[in-house]
Amino acid sequence: MTAIRVIVNGAEVIDNVAPRTSLGDWLREGRNLTGTHLACEHGVCGACTVLVDGEPIRACLMLAAAGEGSEVRTIEGFDADPLMMALRDAFHRRHALQCGFCTSGMLITAWDLIRRGKASSAAEIRRGLAGNICRCTGYTNIVAAIAEAATAAEGVGDGE
Amino acid sequence: MKAAAFDYVRPRNVAAAVDLLAADKGQAQLLAGGQSLLPLLNLRLASPARLIDISRLPELAMTDEDDATVTLGAGVTHAMIEDRRVPDPSQGLMPHVALGLAYRAVRNRGTLGGSLALADPAAEWPAVLAALEAEIGVVGPNGRRRLSGTNFATGIYATRLAEDEIVTALRIPKLSRAARWGYAKLARKAGAFADALAVAVADPRRGYGRVVLGAANGPPLVMTEAGRALAGTRRDPEQLRRAVETDLDSAADRRFDAYQRRLHRAAAMRAIVQVIQ
Ligand SMILES: Cc1cc2nc3c(=O)[nH]c(=O)nc-3n(C[C@H](O)[C@H](O)[C@H](O)COP(=O)(O)OP(=O)(O)OC[C@H]3O[C@@H](n4cnc5c(N)ncnc54)[C@H](O)[C@@H]3O)c2cc1C
Ligand code: FES
Ligand code: FES
Repeated sequence: MTAIRVIVNGAEVIDNVAPRTSLGDWLREGRNLTGTHLACEHGVCGACTVLVDGEPIRACLMLAAAGEGSEVRTIEGFDADPLMMALRDAFHRRHALQCGFCTSGMLITAWDLIRRGKASSAAEIRRGLAGNICRCTGYTNIVAAIAEAATAAEGVGDGE
Repeated sequence: MKAAAFDYVRPRNVAAAVDLLAADKGQAQLLAGGQSLLPLLNLRLASPARLIDISRLPELAMTDEDDATVTLGAGVTHAMIEDRRVPDPSQGLMPHVALGLAYRAVRNRGTLGGSLALADPAAEWPAVLAALEAEIGVVGPNGRRRLSGTNFATGIYATRLAEDEIVTALRIPKLSRAARWGYAKLARKAGAFADALAVAVADPRRGYGRVVLGAANGPPLVMTEAGRALAGTRRDPEQLRRAVETDLDSAADRRFDAYQRRLHRAAAMRAIVQVIQ
């Protein structure tokens, strides 16, 4: 076992993990943060996307042990975030989810695209979502919701 | 799937990593960004006894720059190149390439060194660094050495790196302001591995011309005739097209089928046209 100290959604967590445990499995099974979803477990679907030290990463492709000393933010850690509130609202109104399995990864990816100013057109949003697979919606409503949130968020979450 | 069990160590510096790697020859594997290794572990295509985590070694994250070259540590990530958080020797070629490599969440962790050491034939960096004539710095139990980036990869997932060596840094000659580059990646969707990949670079001030193909059934393929034609001052598209055909003819050992040959020809010509336009 490897000892780790990680900040998860703002709170310090000290734990012992088996080296082979992915960050995604540790969050779900060790921290009960089941908003992070694991599907392909080899980096292609994006369902497991979380922030580590402020940047999106694949939680299936990072070992929990390698997270030592870092700050992790999962979909549960955005409750008071204005940009995420705008995204959730737009996803809800635009019907941008059906089963919801891809949604936490979509939201975090979209949050990062808007924050970096990479959601200025439908084409740019689609390019930015290429690593997030949705098997239900056909993407049209997801792209529309992100475009709407990006416009609404100008001056709020943008340009950090 | 889940990875099989292994031990995990995080050495404090490169010297300690070299010792650990030498002590566990054949049993241990280096872990950098993990963006190729973790899929292999999760799919149980690899099952090392121990992982040596080099992802946060400061020595591998360093960058340096002088008049003629830029040095990038092996731990520099694709996203750092994309965002120009590290010096760019290539007049914008490398940031442009990074943007189309995998997805942002993968680029935030995947590294230059990992990409070179793995030598996936469809990967971008081996071809780009061959086109820029980069030099690869490595260290092992017998000390440091420098290898040419042009023939660092020797085959599919095979390189000149010894089993107990670590890639530390890349030394990349700077393109002059007068240099021009072209780049074409043919893939089924944005961010996917390439079906064909071509990099063309011409730097008239140095009389330099290079055209390199990636995803070419082997290590990066340097197109010598096309490169020579691109280095010249009178560059005629028809002559370049003929040079590309000659180079594809000379690459019989790559066994391109008719479709692959069309893909490679298209990629090479698209990259070349961007240079001469
Ligand atoms: C969904 C997905 C899509 C991708 N698409 C692309 C793509 O389009 N193009 C592309 O080029 N890549 C792509 N990749 C791969 C990605 O670029 C990887 O980051 C890269 O190939 C390996 O870098 P890493 O730092 O993650 O290495 P790791 O996965 O940590 O290691 C890879 C191998 O290199 C060895 N290694 C790592 N660092 C060193 C070093 N410094 N010295 C010696 N050996 C070392 C390791 O032991 C291991 O064998 C993709 C990955 C994923 C998950
Ligand atoms: S579960 Fe991580 S990318 Fe699919
Ligand atoms: S809503 Fe079902 S996978 Fe996207």
